[in-house]
Amino acid sequence: MLGVARGRAHLVNVVDRPLPKGKTEVNLSAFAFLFSELVQYFQTKVNNVNELERKLEEAGYGVGLRVLELLCHREKANRRETRLLGILTFIHSTVWKALFGKQADSLEKATTEEDEYMISEKELLVNRFISVPKDMGQFNCGAYVAGIVKGVLDSAGFPARVTAHFVPIEGQLRPRTTILIKFSPEVMLREQRMG
Amino acid sequence: MSTIYNIFVINKSGGLIYYKDFGSIAKLDTNDSLRLASVWHSLHAISSQLSPVTGCTGIELLEADTFDLHCFQTATGTKFFVTGETGAAGVDLLLKSIYELYSDYVLKNPFYEVEMPIRVELWDLNLATLIRQRERTSTGK
Repeated sequence: MLGVARGRAHLVNVVDRPLPKGKTEVNLSAFAFLFSELVQYFQTKVNNVNELERKLEEAGYGVGLRVLELLCHREKANRRETRLLGILTFIHSTVWKALFGKQADSLEKATTEEDEYMISEKELLVNRFISVPKDMGQFNCGAYVAGIVKGVLDSAGFPARVTAHFVPIEGQLRPRTTILIKFSPEVMLREQRMG
Repeated sequence: MSTIYNIFVINKSGGLIYYKDFGSIAKLDTNDSLRLASVWHSLHAISSQLSPVTGCTGIELLEADTFDLHCFQTATGTKFFVTGETGAAGVDLLLKSIYELYSDYVLKNPFYEVEMPIRVELWDLNLATLIRQRERTSTGK
């Protein structure tokens, strides 16, 4: 997200320059290869699938922290969402648009649990070129995106457990990816108090 | 009836890493497909050395009485080749598209080891779609 100095822009001191929107798109292939390399690197560092999932989550977590900081400044004039639904729509639309160039396909509330929300994506960008071998079970590289969501939520003051799952859809060969968000009890309590 | 009989992918050392047949003709068992792949690898290598033309990169098309064999070699030495009906058109384009699918769904997949047999779900799916599309357009006209 480094802005390239063009024309007169470089004459202005770097701290005085507005935080540029810049060109936020990168080549998909370049990203796919980098992400693939990241997963392969982690695979050499772990003993099982759960550890790999956690590693990916940790890698995404740092992205989440920074993305919240940047987007609050750039899109919301340094204001941050304090309500549960507010932060969820912020992730679903603003964060998703900044990271993947589009809004997430859907944001739903779980029917069974009060504190669970789901963001679903038919084809998650990080999973575009990835086929998980059968022997890795339900492993989903979306764990990285789950980490990003967790990073955003945590630093916004909404601690939550975030996981990525494959959910088969009827009549479709490929399952969709659902990011499951389970908020901590204190978040739900605070939300109730605020009415 | 399918105009493409089978598709082979061989790695740079001549080992068969992917084989699939389409339609009912010219089905090969595992041993035959492996044998054919390594024979073709050697033929291809020899042909490029024997060729009177300088800078020859090997056989691109073999025309037989009952089938045509089209071959495409990438810059890294991986070879894609398909056998199909004699005179089938647009096979060189098909090979390019197959190469594209290979670089997308096989090489960008973190769980695939290069030079090893290809067992990748998305590659299988997209390859099947590509062949289906081709058959539909060729029978549609």
